[in-house]
Amino acid sequence: MINASGLIKNFGYRRAVDDVSFEAQKGAVVGILGPNGAGKTTTIRMVAGFLVPDAGTVWVKGIDVAADPVAAQKHIGYMPETTPLYEDMTVSGFLRFLAEVRGFSGAERQRRVDEVIERCFLQPVRNQSIDTLSKGYRQRTCFAQTLLHDPDILLLDEPTEGLDPNQKQVVRDMIREMSKEKVIMLSTHVLEEVEAICTRAIIISAGKVVADDQPSVLKTRSTRYNAVTLDVEGEGIPAILETFPNIGKIQTLSTDGNRSRLFLLPKLGKPIAADVLETAREKRWKLFDLKVDEGRLDDVFRRITTTEDIREAE
Amino acid sequence: MNENLHHITAVAKREWRAYFDSPVAYVFIIIFLMLSGFFTFSIARFFETGQADLTGFFQWHPWLYMILVPAVAMRLWAEERRSGTIELLFTVSVTPLQALLGKFIAAWLFMILALILTFPVVLTAVYLGSPDLGMVASGYLGSALLAGAYVAAGMFTSALTRNQVISFILAVVIGLFLILAGYPPVTDLLAQHAPGWLVDGVASFSFMPHFEALQRGVIDLRDLTYFASVIVFMLFSTQVVLKNKVGR
Ligand SMILES: Nc1ncnc2c1ncn2[C@@H]1O[C@H](COP(=O)(O)OP(=O)(O)OP(=O)(O)O)[C@@H](O)[C@H]1O
Ligand SMILES: [Mg+2]
Repeated sequence: MINASGLIKNFGYRRAVDDVSFEAQKGAVVGILGPNGAGKTTTIRMVAGFLVPDAGTVWVKGIDVAADPVAAQKHIGYMPETTPLYEDMTVSGFLRFLAEVRGFSGAERQRRVDEVIERCFLQPVRNQSIDTLSKGYRQRTCFAQTLLHDPDILLLDEPTEGLDPNQKQVVRDMIREMSKEKVIMLSTHVLEEVEAICTRAIIISAGKVVADDQPSVLKTRSTRYNAVTLDVEGEGIPAILETFPNIGKIQTLSTDGNRSRLFLLPKLGKPIAADVLETAREKRWKLFDLKVDEGRLDDVFRRITTTEDIREAE
Repeated sequence: MNENLHHITAVAKREWRAYFDSPVAYVFIIIFLMLSGFFTFSIARFFETGQADLTGFFQWHPWLYMILVPAVAMRLWAEERRSGTIELLFTVSVTPLQALLGKFIAAWLFMILALILTFPVVLTAVYLGSPDLGMVASGYLGSALLAGAYVAAGMFTSALTRNQVISFILAVVIGLFLILAGYPPVTDLLAQHAPGWLVDGVASFSFMPHFEALQRGVIDLRDLTYFASVIVFMLFSTQVVLKNKVGR
């Protein structure tokens, strides 16, 4: 439903987005990650039809967004990063205005407004003036606005930023629940969120896409992928483990007589847990605990985005 | 077409409510009425001149509008850009043209409301004598058109910057130019140094000859066309600025 190819956007001499391409189909929850200033917001703004790319095209349901933003935007609900709101209006007045702009009137308009107020838990503030809202409620009001016309595509720029833990969970649940019928694109700095709700993660660094895959696959690029944490009792364990060809590094976390907690880092993410288990059984070690690491997204993120910076500097 | 109208009225209604939800509308109307009363009755000495026409009332309008209209118009786009709501407005299928027409209509209607509330001046004139009501009507028409031209100019400067103070000052300067270019003391001065065609050329940009013709009760198509073209030109320039700034 979203198809972007070769997007480029310059601000003066600075290239904010440099040849970004991606596509997303119904059911996808695409997380856009990247360091500050990487170009996430600029990319989303081009999809939303707020900025026109200097080169490249975004198609939304087959509509060229730059050529016909009005038609494309009918399928899009967009929440800008800064959660802009008309300060002088009340929450319900603001939502009524947007529902009107979205083409609803009369009872239908009221029904839509009431519905999003309920879904986004805005009842306590529905008649409050927006300039007195707390940050979280501002966030939710701006999120509510995206749902008024039940669009096929949701573009959410840092949707859970500033929400309390309960509300973060509510928003994540809503996103997951809605994702079946929609394409949802969100940017975030919270990596656990990506693991929790995204079916795809696109990492952008210095305007370029540096990774685009399922979060679980991306995690295998972590150095900690398949690492084993072991709580074990037996004779001369570290010496034996050192002979394993696939174990790169052994770290002793704590020792207590013959019992020790060890952290085993594999070479190139190779699986080692099976070998360790087998040896433990053979040598009759007493095994208290064994954990296999799935890899960590923050680790991958750091590696990808910082090496990218180094390459850039050279 | 239907959707155009729908968007324009939605924006206009929001803008209109924004005036009245804040003290701006009330402060503005009170100040406008007080100042126009002050100029009419004290400076132009409405009672003493013994004439029951409204020249002393209308002649101040260009100057009043020069200061007051930019105060009404400056927030139209500057505020939208400062607070970022422009990003919301232009991603919900509203086009710059629809939005600026809606805003223009709201601000102009607001000025017309303020103008209508000056009706006690007319009642006073009717009470004192028998003014030419046709002239009064054409004077009001001229004043309303003048207000529209100022609103359009103020909206243009508002789109240029996210800073309301700069927007206000630019609008006042544009207003001042459009007054002075045809203001007799200035044109007389210019006529001593410049060829007549140049003075007339500059003066033809001015509000004044057109506004004065309407005050005299002369409704000439050329004067109406003049105001219409100023408004259209300013609205068009606003649209160009918006399209550039927004990035489409
Ligand atoms: N309107 C603008 N004018 C000039 N430069 C801009 C503009 N908008 C963005 N930039 C620049 O483009 C680059 C990308 O910005 P963008 O806002 O897309 O980053 P981001 O990935 O969203 O960052 P963050 O995580 O901080 O939100 C930055 O260097 C920024 O300074
Ligand atoms: Mg951003």
